[in-house]
Order: sequence, then structure tokens, then C-alpha cells
Amino acid sequence: MKTTRRDFLKVAGVTALGMAAGAGSALANSKGAYLPHYEHMAPGHQHLTAKRWGMVIDTRAFHGEEDFAPLIEACHKEHNVPHLPGKQEVKWLWTDSFHASFPHNHQEFLAERVHHSRYLLLCNHCDNPPCVRVCPTKATFKREDGIVMMDMHRCIGCRFCMAGCPYGSRSFNFQDPRPFIAEENPVYPTRMKGVVEKCTFCTERLAEGKMPACVEASEGKIVFGDLGDPDSEIRHILAENFTLRRKPDLGTSPSVFYII
Amino acid sequence: MYDGGKIIAGLIVFLGIVGFPFWYNAGSAGYKTPELKLPPKSKATECIEATEWMRAEHMQLLNTWRDSVVREGNLEYTTASGSHVEMSLQKSCMDCHDSKKDFCDKCHTAAAVEPYCWDCHIAPKEEK
Ligand code: HEC
Ligand code: HEC
Ligand code: HEC
Repeated sequence: MKTTRRDFLKVAGVTALGMAAGAGSALANSKGAYLPHYEHMAPGHQHLTAKRWGMVIDTRAFHGEEDFAPLIEACHKEHNVPHLPGKQEVKWLWTDSFHASFPHNHQEFLAERVHHSRYLLLCNHCDNPPCVRVCPTKATFKREDGIVMMDMHRCIGCRFCMAGCPYGSRSFNFQDPRPFIAEENPVYPTRMKGVVEKCTFCTERLAEGKMPACVEASEGKIVFGDLGDPDSEIRHILAENFTLRRKPDLGTSPSVFYII
Repeated sequence: MYDGGKIIAGLIVFLGIVGFPFWYNAGSAGYKTPELKLPPKSKATECIEATEWMRAEHMQLLNTWRDSVVREGNLEYTTASGSHVEMSLQKSCMDCHDSKKDFCDKCHTAAAVEPYCWDCHIAPKEEK
């Protein structure tokens, strides 16, 4: 049989009609499709907000490891940070010497007290964070309030952020961290093998109207507040005291300040 | 006829093999919704959205919650009945559904899905 153009068009038309009908009924069947109820979602009533969160650590008030220990413990317990010795260590809050903390501060004849002190270190929540620039999945991002946040769900463990961070603030989970958590906090997740983690300035506590865990445990030795508000307590403290930031010449603009 | 018997025998064997999945499963029970351990009536009588909706959409709801909390800094969800819950897998869902084994896992095993959430999120302690 020879197909004429007319026959072909007839068949094509019927086919198209049939397909349209099929698609129509499929659409009708999906009437219960998922609609996210965005209007049902809101911040907590007491959540704390700022233009740019920052922290001032009064290093004069810390006199040794026993002063740092309760802060580190509060943080690591709250966030289920595993205790792993050696090179696979995972840390959100830790201490180091002056020269390791402020290597760009080439001070000859440094004051003894400053030289021998230890310094409390954490993610600096930089205003210009290199980790955010290099993250290929936007797992790490800067929130509007300046906090450099980790979305664990997106982390693929590529560790570019660790290469990008000049402060060593990020730790990689080389193994399942669960066996190394002495006591799990049931209201916060752990992490899993193959993701990077770090301090989040306790976004989960700010959302509930609470200060970060280390600030609460420091009994006033750390002040946390809004760097973007010239009338805030933290800005007054910065105006009255000489402070240092870690590696400021790199241009990352850390939001953690140290009164020396 | 050219070897009709052989052709017919061959056809029967062929149809038998091709039809294997159908006759193998014929008569065995189809999918049944597993028996779930629901929260006690004293705790709650309804979920945060309609039960049917939850059954079909809870995985997407959880994804939306996750982004809303982690990326947008939100905390509260207004439920279908107008009350408020914290948008949290561990603190809300698993507070009412306090057995992962007899609730989430029951369905997921039947549906052969294995959410990886529990690699990080801590499931409630199961009563033995
Ligand atoms: C206030 C307590 C409460 C909270 C919070 C809650 N549920 Fe429920 N959920 C219930 C109750 C009660 C039912 C049973 C409703 C019924 O019997 O119709 C239910 C039913 C369900 C069902 C359907 C079960 C079925 O019968 O097929 C799913 C799925 C579900 N919940 C998942 C979740 C998830 C996921 C969350 C967190 C996002 C959650 N629920 C939070 C109380 C709760
Ligand atoms: C009524 C049965 C049922 C119950 C009860 C149930 N689920 Fe599910 N869940 C499913 C099904 C079916 C899927 C797979 C859907 C698909 O693949 O499209 C699923 C998928 C998921 C997913 C996505 C998994 C993935 O790999 O994408 C998550 C997350 C999830 N469920 C969480 C939960 C949690 C948490 C609970 C307990 C509070 C729960 N579910 C209880 C039936 C159920
Ligand atoms: C790599 C670890 C990891 C995995 C895997 C993971 N989460 Fe999370 N999840 C987290 C962390 C960390 C938070 C942040 C908690 C916070 O800030 O309160 C979080 C927060 C959440 C939140 C909002 C806050 C809360 O307390 O629940 C939801 C909802 C959530 N995750 C759902 C899921 C679901 C659903 C899955 C599985 C499909 C999943 N997560 C898998 C680590 C993980």
C-alpha cells in the first residue's frame, strides 16, 4: 500500500489527539501533588538576629587549659563532636599558641604573658569567606546575618573548603564518628563518614533565642553580638580595647576578635 | 507442514520463560500496607498534616523543612490543625513517632527504600 500525504496526516493527527488525552488524564490523576507549605514556616518567636554576628574573646581572662576546657566541652557535647586523637581529629573549638594563632604578627620581644598564653580558636565566620567561594555544591554558604553555615546535607566531602580555609577551622570525618562520641546529645545530629564540619556559631541556639554554647559557658569572657550595629555592646568593647584578628592581611575579614 | 510439532513445543517453552514473572507471582499476596505502631491516643491523634498527605508526601516535607531550617534559619511549622511544631526530624517527628523500627522502617522495608538520614540523625532509643 502506498501512503499518501493525506493518510499520513490523518494518522499523525489521531496519534497526537490520543497522546494529549493520555497526558490530560495523567495530569488529572496527580491532583494531590506536593505543594510546599512555605507560608507555614516561620522563625522562632525569640530568635536572635543581627546584621553581622561577631565575637570578642578576652584572652586576658583565660589563664590555662582549665579555663578553656568547660567551653570546649560545652560546644563539643552540644554538637556531638567526636573525640578522636591524632591526625583524624575533629574540632569545632580548640586552642593553640600565639605564634600558631597569629603567625603574621612578627613581634620581636613579645610580652612574656602573651607569648606563653594559649588562644581559643574557632571558625572566624569571615566577612569574605574563601571556603564559600570554593565550595562546588553551596554546602557552605554565608547567611544574611554573616554566619558561615554548613549544610551537611549537601556536603560531598571534596574538602576544597579545607584547602580554602587559612585557619584550619574545618575537620574532615575520615571515619564514622559515632563510636567516638562518649555521650550523644539526642536533640542534635551527628555527622557521617565523608563530610566536613566546623563551628556554626550555634545557629540552632540563636534560632531559639539562646547565646552560643561557648559564650554561655565562658561566664562573660566572650562577648557575642552584632558587629553591624554601632551601638551594640560588642562594638563598644571593640572601641575601648585593642584587639587582633587572625591573619587579617589575607583579606578574609574575620568576625572573631581577640583582646590581647 | 514443516516440523509443526517442534515449533509449537518451542513456542510453549518460549511463552513459559517470557511469562515467568507473571505466573511465578500469581496467587501470592500483593503489597499490603504494613502494620504501623502509631503514637498512643494520649500523645496525639493526628499528624501535622492529613494522614493521606503525610503518607504520600512526608519525604518532600522533610526536605523542605531541612532547607527551611538550615538555609533560611526558620524554626516553626504551623500544622494543619493550627498548632505549632518545631521543624525538626529528631525533636518533632520522632517525638511522636518514637519508634523508628515499628514505624518508619516498617514502611520503608516494605517499599525497599533506605533513607540515609540516620547516618547522622539520631533515632530514638528503642524499647526492647
Ligand atoms: C503531634 C505528633 C506527631 C508529629 C509531630 C508527627 N506525627 Fe506523623 N502521625 C501522628 C499520628 C497520631 C498519626 C496517625 C494519624 C491517623 O491515625 O490518622 C501520624 C501518621 C503519620 C504517617 C502516616 C502513617 C500511616 O498510617 O500511613 C506518616 C508517614 C507520618 N505520620 C510521618 C511523620 C513525619 C515524617 C513527621 C515529621 C515531619 C511526623 N509524622 C510528625 C503524629 C505525629
Ligand atoms: C506509610 C508508609 C511510610 C511511613 C510510615 C514512613 N515512610 Fe518514609 N517513605 C515511604 C515511601 C513509600 C517512601 C519512598 C517514596 C519514593 O521513593 O518516592 C519513603 C521515603 C522516605 C524518605 C526519602 C528517602 C529517599 O531515599 O529519598 C524519607 C527521608 C522518609 N521516607 C522519612 C521517613 C521518616 C523519618 C518516617 C518516620 C517518622 C517515615 N518516613 C515513615 C513510606 C513511609
Ligand atoms: C551528614 C549528616 C546528615 C545527614 C546524612 C542528614 N542530616 Fe539532616 N541535619 C544534619 C545537621 C548537622 C543538621 C543541622 C541541625 C541544626 O542546625 O539544628 C540537620 C538538620 C536537618 C533538619 C532540620 C533541623 C532538625 O533538627 O531536624 C531536617 C528536617 C533534616 N536535617 C532532615 C534530614 C533528612 C530527611 C535526611 C535524610 C534524607 C537528613 N537530614 C540527613 C545532618 C545530616
